[in-house]
Amino acid sequence: MATTLKPVDAVIVGFGWTGAIMAQQLADAGLEVLALERGPWRDTSTDFATGFAQDELRYMWRHHLFQNVSDDTLTVRNNTSQTALPMRHLGSFLLGTGVGSGGVHWNGQIWRFLPSDFLTKSHNEQRYGKQAVTDYDLTVQDWGVTYEELEPFYNQFDVLCGTSGKAGNLNGTIQPGGNPFEGARSAEYPTPPMPQTYGPTLFGKAATELGRHPFPHPTGNLSQPYVNNFGAQLGACTYCGFCEKFGCGNYSKASPQTTLLPYVMAKPNFTLRTETEVLKVELSPDRKHATGVTYVNSAGEEFFQPASIVILSSYILQNVRLLLLSGIGTPYDPQTGQGVVGKNYAYQTMSSVNVFFDDKLINPFIGAGALATVVDDFNGDNFDHSGLGFIGGAYIAGMITGGRPIEMIYTPQGTPAWGMAWKHAAAKNYLRSFSLSVHGSCMSHRGNYLDLDPTYRDIHGRPMLRMTFDFTDNEHKMSDYLTDRAAEIAKAMNPREIKLNRRVGSWSVVPYQTTHNTGGAIMGDSPASSVVNKYLQSWDVSNVFSMGAGAFPQNAGYNPTGTVAALAYYSAQAIVQQYLKNPGPLVQA
Amino acid sequence: MDKPVPGRRHFLISTAVAAGAGVAGSLGAKVHDGELGAPPRTYKGGVPWTEGLADQPPGISGTDFKFFTPAERVFIEAAVSRLIPNDEVGPGAVEANVPFFLDRQLAGPFGRGDHYYLGGPWPKGAPEQGYQSRFSPAQMYRAAIAAIDKYAHANFNGADFAKLSDDDRDKLLKGMESGSIQLEDGVDAKTFFAMLLQNTKEGYFSDPIYGGNKDMAAWKMIGFPGAHYDYREWVTRHGEPVPFPPVGFKGRPGWNGES
Repeated sequence: MATTLKPVDAVIVGFGWTGAIMAQQLADAGLEVLALERGPWRDTSTDFATGFAQDELRYMWRHHLFQNVSDDTLTVRNNTSQTALPMRHLGSFLLGTGVGSGGVHWNGQIWRFLPSDFLTKSHNEQRYGKQAVTDYDLTVQDWGVTYEELEPFYNQFDVLCGTSGKAGNLNGTIQPGGNPFEGARSAEYPTPPMPQTYGPTLFGKAATELGRHPFPHPTGNLSQPYVNNFGAQLGACTYCGFCEKFGCGNYSKASPQTTLLPYVMAKPNFTLRTETEVLKVELSPDRKHATGVTYVNSAGEEFFQPASIVILSSYILQNVRLLLLSGIGTPYDPQTGQGVVGKNYAYQTMSSVNVFFDDKLINPFIGAGALATVVDDFNGDNFDHSGLGFIGGAYIAGMITGGRPIEMIYTPQGTPAWGMAWKHAAAKNYLRSFSLSVHGSCMSHRGNYLDLDPTYRDIHGRPMLRMTFDFTDNEHKMSDYLTDRAAEIAKAMNPREIKLNRRVGSWSVVPYQTTHNTGGAIMGDSPASSVVNKYLQSWDVSNVFSMGAGAFPQNAGYNPTGTVAALAYYSAQAIVQQYLKNPGPLVQA
Repeated sequence: MDKPVPGRRHFLISTAVAAGAGVAGSLGAKVHDGELGAPPRTYKGGVPWTEGLADQPPGISGTDFKFFTPAERVFIEAAVSRLIPNDEVGPGAVEANVPFFLDRQLAGPFGRGDHYYLGGPWPKGAPEQGYQSRFSPAQMYRAAIAAIDKYAHANFNGADFAKLSDDDRDKLLKGMESGSIQLEDGVDAKTFFAMLLQNTKEGYFSDPIYGGNKDMAAWKMIGFPGAHYDYREWVTRHGEPVPFPPVGFKGRPGWNGES
């Protein structure tokens, strides 16, 4: 029997980036805020101490900072004719857990989506005709929010993180050195771009020769020390090459720990409980109002936590599952196309090109999570898609996140995976090769969705989430086209040889791709086609707000964190300025 | 590390002791690697701090094998010496102490499958659905080694895998890699091969604190400086050799004047 606790104004489910942002915003508005995090407390000095942090085995391969799937995983399949089976070991994506969650082990790649990305349906229909977005059974939608509406909140996140970069479009004026394709920014980046190492520099030169528009990747790996408006101090990145999948011991990668927690944790009206997992959002008898959440802690004790507002800020797969388990909104049915919860699950379409030099020492171990020179000429609708047979695109990056030797030894085409020939190729090429990354969009498709698994259950006895997903022809065509564009740049670098790693075949849960899962709790302008409104407020239960990339109606060719954070700020402002004065739906259905 | 202290450090010590007992796949209470299973905590009024709670790498101590039987150890040495053979370019997996690394990994949380979901049912599934065995990694190794020897007996004149010629061992390993060889007793050859190869590369290239990568010779071979953490001086020195010899969490050979 659950013990009922003292009510709070707002309960936050999951304490990563969006949980920390919401906690700060709502606590500053005077609310009594409680955050529930199913993983442990984590902070820079004790958990990611420099000297221990550069541990590829422990963090990348033994999953020290990631969700332990022995307790709770999801089931996966490519299509509805298969039986979904559990992801028994992390692979394709690396789910975070613990305070800071994915905000601890991310790369620090901070992007804004393009203005046209928020209008994927209407913009592409207008430019290429209706069939462009209905071919291949795509179910893309507009977001219900525009780039212009989100711009101040993108900026707020940059100011929080101290993002390093160079603006390419400042208030509508194109700036040299930045990304000329980006939406208009209202401010320059808080800190200058990171200096580039040899590989990204060679990439930039080659791209320029081909008439592309290279620029330094905007990054939360800071180029210089920075103090944000909460007094949190970040240091300059030391290029140790252990960002992605690792915590930063140097206080130089923006994370909840390095930007917000010292401030939020000190607020008297904020409380954090760790090792507590929310099982369900509890609803009033008419199911139009959430009364709070039921959670169980690691001692097995169950509690009912009453709350006036429920913020779902766990990872998208958990958020969607909580909506389904709590009976909030109608589950999506891929046969009829009816229902919305679980609809438009999408991912990221990745490929790469390796370059191998004889005469150039690349020194790949000098790296950082977002150390790259990038071209955005073939992302979103930055290029004419007429006759190409797909929508969407990718950025192409000459990127060196690090030279971690278990994961990141590149060997030429035809090299076996083991034996003397492999060893010799590894020894010969490690210092003289690197990888161009093609980071592509993924459109939503009628057959790709999330629901509850009929067979497999977690340690609490709840059905696991079931993921039905495969890449469609739109994604394969996009990816092939973009991989060819990356190969042109690779060749222009005059290497000994290159190797193309195309996106081939069905999606597999095994090799790591990205942790950019999106959709399932999508935003939009109508309850018939979306789970939440433009303020991330549930259409069905107006005191429930669902954060994160679950709100993306389809995925753009960028990393999601910047947009996830901007949406959280936008939602928080609506809660503080509108909802608190007049609780109820912020958009009339 | 001999006096238990509260919190996660205590927790890691418990894990290490449990692993040290050499019991694979049979721990009663589930132990997690610093993720879940700690008591619930409430934090209010500031960032918590307790002296000495730094989350050190678990590492290993001693030199004795804990998981592999003598016969299994012979098998493993015979297998990994083909996956990464020894020559003047760099160490082989055996020379880099990979068998010892594998032994300690299999005796600990990895071998127990602490980060694997092993609940049923267990249909085989499509390759895209990944690992679908009921076996923990330790159980998989134990079953696979026996099954491979059984296969070698039946197909290579009654010899153990370790007694085969280099060419025959390579032939058998390639057959497992491609899935053209079927093993008995619930072992999927391709799945086991992928695990063995991955774990061998882990032991070859991970920090020596885990027992492999002896003398950081694998790092030296490729030119990786290890846990060196500040390269700012070298960022814009394009194409120059970085002269740092590798360093691990416990320092490096040579600091005391010995090799």
